[in-house]
Order: sequence, then structure tokens, then C-alpha cells
Amino acid sequence: MWKFLLPFAAFVALAVLFALGLNPNRDIHALPSPLIGKPAPAFTLGGVLNPEAPVSNSAFKGQVYVVNVWGTWCVACREEQPALLAIAQQNVVPIIGIDWSIDHATKERDKAQQWLQQLGNPYTTVAFDQEGRTVIDLGVTAAPETFLVDRNGRVLYKFAAPLTLDVWQHEFLPRIADARKASS
Amino acid sequence: MIGSGRPPSAALAALALCVLWVAQSWGGAAPGVDANGLIQDPALQGRFERITHELRCLVCQNESIADSNAELAGDLRRQVREMLVAGKSDDAIFQFMTDRYGEFVRFSPPLEGKTLLIWGAPFLMLLLGGVIVYRIVRQRSRMPLDDEPAAGTKEPV
Repeated sequence: MWKFLLPFAAFVALAVLFALGLNPNRDIHALPSPLIGKPAPAFTLGGVLNPEAPVSNSAFKGQVYVVNVWGTWCVACREEQPALLAIAQQNVVPIIGIDWSIDHATKERDKAQQWLQQLGNPYTTVAFDQEGRTVIDLGVTAAPETFLVDRNGRVLYKFAAPLTLDVWQHEFLPRIADARKASS
Repeated sequence: MIGSGRPPSAALAALALCVLWVAQSWGGAAPGVDANGLIQDPALQGRFERITHELRCLVCQNESIADSNAELAGDLRRQVREMLVAGKSDDAIFQFMTDRYGEFVRFSPPLEGKTLLIWGAPFLMLLLGGVIVYRIVRQRSRMPLDDEPAAGTKEPV
């Protein structure tokens, strides 16, 4: 009895393992963010449009808001831009942009200004992370990444790929509605 | 024979060159020294080396931040260096990184409840193999010796 059952059980176990591991919908580079459910790191950075005016997420305390990390060097961000503009037009939540200067040069700010002028500006406000420190605090591994923060300043959700309207509708909007219900 | 190719010594020399070249390029790829130069205190530099080799570069996930050329790896090296110079402990630095990037950022995760399987798996496999070998050996030792060749007959090896 065991002679047949054991190999069969081993086969089933392996088949399940492979089915899970080889699932084409599974992104093997996707990592669970340890930030989910934790307070979003506070940041105060210079603005992209006006370097003199500091941009801080503390100004959005008490609101549900979105943080989008991007850079002009990031091809996927260009791909994401139309969706972001459409999302901004829905005017559901404030969108804070963080422009990530990977080489720590201020040139990135000039490029970002140009980018926003040419492609349109979806952001409520845009911060300039020249040193890349806020990006590290957010645990960002590659741009673009988008975070959803609730009224108490806790991170609800992180999406680590170019945003699409589909993702916005299915992943963000329900969570935003829940967050508003929960804390109102 | 003429035209049968290079004499073997030339081929060997070419092979040796290839091996040397590969070995050298591998050796050169892992300087472990940051673009910012060495930390003055050699003890701190030693810890810097150890910690940066232990932290995964999240952009190129199989490289350590010590070996990676990615900008993010450079920023994370800067972070480690600053924390070391500020007198932070190794644990504090690892905690800083795992708070932001999760356990995945460490190449060898700490021994705890959910990582028990990772650490225990090799021993579990060894035990399982041992049990299997033990059972096979015991089974065979009970078998009659009738498959031994009779004296005088020659078996092909």
C-alpha cells in the first residue's frame, strides 16, 4: 500500500509546488513591503517646481493620499504618465510625487520640470529627493512605485510597477473607499 | 598528421589563458571597496565589508550591495557607512534595512520561527536520505546471496 501511496503523494506535492512556482501571474521579483500597516515615513524635501517651497507629507495628515515615486530617467514612468494624468483628473485623492535623483545631481530637477511641462503634471505637489534618502525610507527598489496612505498616516498598500487605470480601479479605489469609511 | 589541428600544447595554453582571463575578471569584479574610498578606521572598514556583503541589492537581486554598481546599492552603501561612522551597531544597521526592505534584504536570514524550515531543510534532507539508505542496506543484507556469480565464471565488468 505505502509503496504506491508514497510516490503518489510525493508527485501531488511536487505538482502543487510547481503549479504555485510556475504560475505566470506571479511576479517573482515582487516583494512584500514591510511598510504595509506601518506609519508612512515623514519627509520634508524641496519642491521640484519651486525649490524654495518645502514639500512635506505631514501637510496631508488627516487625508487619504497617494505617493508616487518616479524619475525622468525611468522608462516605465513615462509609460505610466498617461494613466497618472487620467487618475489625477478623477480628483479622488491628492497625489504627492517624489522625483528620485539617482545620481544625486540637481539636473534631475530641471529635467523633471521639463517633463511636467511637456507631458502634463498629475501631482498635487512634487518633492525632489536629491539624496535618495526618502526613497530608501520608503523601501523603494525601482521606480515607479506608488503608495496609498490612510488618514492616520499608515501605509495601506504599495504597487511596484507602472500604474494603470485597471490597477487604480481594482486595487486603489476600493481601498480608498474603505479607508474613508473606516476612519470617518 | 598535417592539418589535424593545433598541437595539444597550444590548445592547452589557450585553455589556460581562458581560465586565467575568467578568473581575473571575476576577481576584478568584486573589489568590495566603495567609490568613496576606505573608512579611516580599519575596524569600521572591516565591518563595512562584512555588512555590505551580507545585504542584498534589491535591483539585481543576486548581488550584494558591496558588489553591485546599481545607484540604489551605492546609496545603501552610503547609508551603512554613515551609520557605522555614527557608532551604530551591526544589528541596528540590519534592523534599519529590514524595516524598509524586509527580511529579503539579508542573504542569511536570522534563525527564527518562519525561517526555521530554510535553516532546517538541509538537516531534514540528510536525515531523510539516511533513513532511506539505512532501509535499503538492511533490506539487501537480508537478501539471499544467490545472485553472486558462481566461482570460475567470468562476468563482464
